[in-house]
Amino acid sequence: MQVAAIALMAAAPALADTIRVAAGPDAQERLQAALIEARPGDVVDIGAGRFDLTDGLSLDVNGVSVRGAGPDKTILSFKGQQAAGEGLLVTSDDVVLRDFAVEDARGDGIKSKGADQIVYKNIRVEWTGGPKETNGAYGLYPVESRNVLIDGAVVKGASDAGIYVGQSRNIIVRNSTAMFNVAGIEIENSYDADVYSNLATRNTGGILIFDLPNLPQQGGHNIRLFNNRVIANDTPNFAPKGNIVASVPTGTGVMVMANRNVHVFDNDLADNGTTNVMIVAYQSAFTDTAYNPLARDVVVRDNRHGRAGFAPAFPGGAELAAAMGGLFPSAFWDGVGGDAANVHFGDPVMAISLNLPAQGALVTAAKPGPYRAPASPAPAALPAIMMPAAMEAAAR
Amino acid sequence: MRRLILALLAPVLISASPGAQVNDALILGDTLPPRLQDFGLLVDGRTPTPGVRAYHLNTPLFSDYAEKFRFLYVPQGQKAALKGDGLIDLPVGSVLIKSFGYPADLRQPDRDVRILETRLLIRRATGWVALPYVWNAQGTEAVLKRAGQRMSVSWTHFDGQTRTISYAVPNANQCKGCHVSGDAITPIGPKARNLNDGVQLQALKQAGLLTGSLNGLVRLPHWDRPETGSLNARARAYLDVNCGHCHNPTGPADTSGLWLNWDQPADTNLGLYKRPTAAGRGSAGLDFAIKPGDPGQSYLVARMQSLEPGIAMPELGRATVHVEGVDLIRHWVKDMP
Repeated sequence: MQVAAIALMAAAPALADTIRVAAGPDAQERLQAALIEARPGDVVDIGAGRFDLTDGLSLDVNGVSVRGAGPDKTILSFKGQQAAGEGLLVTSDDVVLRDFAVEDARGDGIKSKGADQIVYKNIRVEWTGGPKETNGAYGLYPVESRNVLIDGAVVKGASDAGIYVGQSRNIIVRNSTAMFNVAGIEIENSYDADVYSNLATRNTGGILIFDLPNLPQQGGHNIRLFNNRVIANDTPNFAPKGNIVASVPTGTGVMVMANRNVHVFDNDLADNGTTNVMIVAYQSAFTDTAYNPLARDVVVRDNRHGRAGFAPAFPGGAELAAAMGGLFPSAFWDGVGGDAANVHFGDPVMAISLNLPAQGALVTAAKPGPYRAPASPAPAALPAIMMPAAMEAAAR
Repeated sequence: MRRLILALLAPVLISASPGAQVNDALILGDTLPPRLQDFGLLVDGRTPTPGVRAYHLNTPLFSDYAEKFRFLYVPQGQKAALKGDGLIDLPVGSVLIKSFGYPADLRQPDRDVRILETRLLIRRATGWVALPYVWNAQGTEAVLKRAGQRMSVSWTHFDGQTRTISYAVPNANQCKGCHVSGDAITPIGPKARNLNDGVQLQALKQAGLLTGSLNGLVRLPHWDRPETGSLNARARAYLDVNCGHCHNPTGPADTSGLWLNWDQPADTNLGLYKRPTAAGRGSAGLDFAIKPGDPGQSYLVARMQSLEPGIAMPELGRATVHVEGVDLIRHWVKDMP
């Protein structure tokens, strides 16, 4: 029946149409065929039920919507996946993904690469066995894209980052939940991002803003985190060694590394055992002369802090906490770059600087002291990120 | 036995069957022909029709030990053009044809070869189109399978043991997954340096199918023949062919920052002391893609040795470990200062 419908469509004039794919045998071939045969404007409507897939799926047609019956009703299971680096790969522009789930992908959950104007709406990605090193790396993984809107996603169990946006620009991540991942939400090597009204809890680290060297796009900047709840990120780090997030201490709330013009405000930050806010330089050695390893022009203000620093999970953390009366501070900056780094911390909680002398210096060189604001003015507020109207319409 | 019959039949088929003529109109059209035979490019999976020429590569892509049969069709009166040592420029109407099959026993690669699939790359006026065709069990007909297909395949390996794998015919998107530069589909294999064996490019020129100078053309070594190049040259040839179509500054794996194409300088982006970017468990718990002198601490080697989706590289078309290829790369890393 499905084949017949597709055959008819192929002969029909170019009008937007809905291609329906129901659960049942040969799900792999039927669903992949629909994703290949779809034409711009079409909707691929995936029915309720469980789809047992044997390989990665992919979409390479512009202007297609892939829609399920709901994130708990339409389940794409990749438990039996035999190849491919992700569950679903999108490489075309103007795509809407909504109302379905991807479970137990062997690599990443959903990756979109070079896919401009992509909407992820009410998508669930989950590794159903809980946090494990053998889980895939990223839940949602848009990379090298312009205009990325993630709204209402739920991601659980990623062994790297639940929601990861890399090497992209103009980004919104909102109303989403990241739980039991190593990093809840991570914005890396990206420009112009608003991350708001999300819940990041029970991860190793809640929300990370990173920049790494030797990549086609680097120099991450202009990022706002606001109205998020970053609470009780306490899952022991289960990332495979070697990856940058493997170095994130368990119990980290917000972490800013090697970015410029980052604004963290109006968030609820609580019960993060290492610290609520961490601002640091990239620590490893690097050869890339175009790379700036420092965190600079950072504003932290008007956040509501709960308990923090009661279980600092980095070498020497417990000793430092003991020396400070039992708790590690709710916020710290490594101090690299000094006043010129222009780090402005305004929350009414204890914050320290490690006063590290240079990028790459060992923690043993730290001379912890109270944080002192620089004389230079804080960076001006950033404008809100806007998406094209059609994307906002598709996310309603 | 079957080959003999085919050999006897082939001339008859060619003279008798209209299908034995290359169908230029179909090649140039905008349809996705459901049957391979309609193109008139092949008599069977291994036998080209007149005007279709076999070619080979110095260092081929590893494809789960499959035997591959490559053919080139350039329309009458047209010419391909050399463009330095990279891809030769093929005119509109050209077709690159590659059949994949397994001999019953790898130690006798010419005997009892069962062809599984034939992939076409067609140069149309609008660009390249990739089409995968799957042969029936009798090898008499191949049909278009744009959504790909898995099939169980067995053979006797070099060591005399039986190997069975789930062989994957790629779907149309997966074809593009490797055959892409920027946003457009592109051939990978027929680069002048990899075709340059001192014979076949000359033959193409003599046949009037190729223009351009062969003077000073780079010759890619055979990855497995030490007399054709240094260890470094053979390893770089292997990486170029097996990895470099994705891992280059404009390829599908550009965002990894790991670039393994032939002309990449030996620096961090080649993998030397390069930390994982978005590798996840592909890092195998190791700090560097390549730790010079220490293949056991190099995740590039670890990923080549893995069969697990999400770790294994290349991501597609590899259900077995290429033991001999891994050995080459291991020696190359070990040999680095």
